Amino acid sequence: MAGINSIQEEIISEFEILGDDKESTIYYIMELGDQLPEFPEEEKKEDNIIKGCQSKVWLTTTLDGGKVCFQADSNTDITKGLISLLIRVLSGKTTSEIINANLYFIEKIGMGNIIGSQRSNGLSAMIKQMKLFAIAYQAKINA
Amino acid sequence: MIDLEPLNNLYSGIIAENKIRALFPILHQEVNGKPLVYFDNAATTQKPIQVIEALKKYYEVDNSNIHRGAHTLASRATDYFEQTRNLVKEFINSPSSEEVIFTKGTTDSINLVASTFGRKFVKEGDEIIISTLEHHSNIVPWQMLCEEKGAILKIIPIHDNGELDLEAYKNLLSDKTKLVAVVHASNALGTINPVKEMIEQAHEFGAKFLLDGAQSTAHLDVNVQDLNCDFLAFSAHKVYGPTGVGILYGKRELLESMPPYQGGGEMIKEVTFAKTTYNDIPYKFEAGTPNIGDVIAFGEAIRFINQLGKPAIREHENQLLEHASERCANIKGFIPIGTAREKVSVLSFGINNIHPFDVGLMLDASGIAVRTGHHCTQPLMERFKIEGTVRASFAVYNTTEEVDRLVESLTKISKRKN
Repeated sequence: MAGINSIQEEIISEFEILGDDKESTIYYIMELGDQLPEFPEEEKKEDNIIKGCQSKVWLTTTLDGGKVCFQADSNTDITKGLISLLIRVLSGKTTSEIINANLYFIEKIGMGNIIGSQRSNGLSAMIKQMKLFAIAYQAKINA
Repeated sequence: MIDLEPLNNLYSGIIAENKIRALFPILHQEVNGKPLVYFDNAATTQKPIQVIEALKKYYEVDNSNIHRGAHTLASRATDYFEQTRNLVKEFINSPSSEEVIFTKGTTDSINLVASTFGRKFVKEGDEIIISTLEHHSNIVPWQMLCEEKGAILKIIPIHDNGELDLEAYKNLLSDKTKLVAVVHASNALGTINPVKEMIEQAHEFGAKFLLDGAQSTAHLDVNVQDLNCDFLAFSAHKVYGPTGVGILYGKRELLESMPPYQGGGEMIKEVTFAKTTYNDIPYKFEAGTPNIGDVIAFGEAIRFINQLGKPAIREHENQLLEHASERCANIKGFIPIGTAREKVSVLSFGINNIHPFDVGLMLDASGIAVRTGHHCTQPLMERFKIEGTVRASFAVYNTTEEVDRLVESLTKISKRKN
């Protein structure tokens, strides 16, 4: 499986094709969200909600052979699209890869301009939560 | 002052759209590569050039603190400030300009009444009636007052079309009712309430009536003597004026019997450390230096509306609303929220399977500004069991071509999930 940075480079070049057209970019992000695997209804519970997002975001994780897999859903398509990008970059990676990841693609693709500063805070909350899961798993592995 | 006389020639059955638009500099820009369509007028209207120029002129030429000044600038600023008060008096047909108080906005006006009238006249066990349609600013001040006083808040329910249940209202009224505080036109749905009749009914029980005119004053003729409301609250910025200026109209005998709102300069007659006597109305309620420049500029907004005339504005906006409602009804998955028979130019809706925020974001990407969410009316959203709506609200400078662009974008958006 490709490393975190090579996936980020892939995403950056995909967004370069879209150029400055905000409309196509937003539709594209939403389409990425549409492709996320279905999230079980019973997991849409309070415990799985990420705090700090304007939209509702549910995130669950599993540890499989030392690698962390993320599943997520949101009540808004744009947020679902954004989290699908994070999942594409981080899911299936080792705990230390996730903890040490520098997610430069977000700035490179101009996400702040696309979603506005409030949503950007939400995106940071998602990343923080994903890293916290990795830290918790690592502590468990090392225990 | 800018000569608006030529505007008189613009009115010929309907408002000549392009000429009106020329007066609004902000409308002539691209957003996300597309010409801006501004449909967030219920949140705040854009300002005509004469309002912007008046604000600029005030700071360039007339800036001075008002009242009591012994110099030319101060008396000029005072004159212009008081001229706006007089314009507001005529705008709402108040019996006198002393009954017109400048505040920060509708919210401030309502809080003023809650803190003064409420504190003095509302007692334990008294009842205050509001409606399901209210904005949070006409809910929370009364909740706070009721909590403090041990009074009871009663809520007028609504029908599924967003109209008030007037039978239920009649049944809520009693000798215990101290105040009814109801919105003239709903910000979230556009419903126009039959307030004249409601005011009369409240008066039969000796209750006072506060009318929240935030969403009606830009569209409807709001005549306080004809309506016979005891208080009227509204904001300048929703009536083509600047932000930071609100109006509270109150009947003289009420205002005179109410204690002051805030203490400070301007609101006093004489201050000694032993006792302070308060100024007469309206100054009793205007402690501190007011928002002079914005008040003066608001005068130009009123002149602008007067030149066009409310009937012409209303006719134009009604045409836009009708056109939008008809065309949107054909969009797959379009769900109108609030279908009252009488509405101001607010089109509130949902799109099946798509969150209002996503709709707003996609519209913004195509240069169309709308509002999405609960519109500060969470109890109303709860009534409809929805998280929020998408709200397009039209003003005098909007055009049918802009409505068509909205329809076109919504059709494309809806196709994603319908």
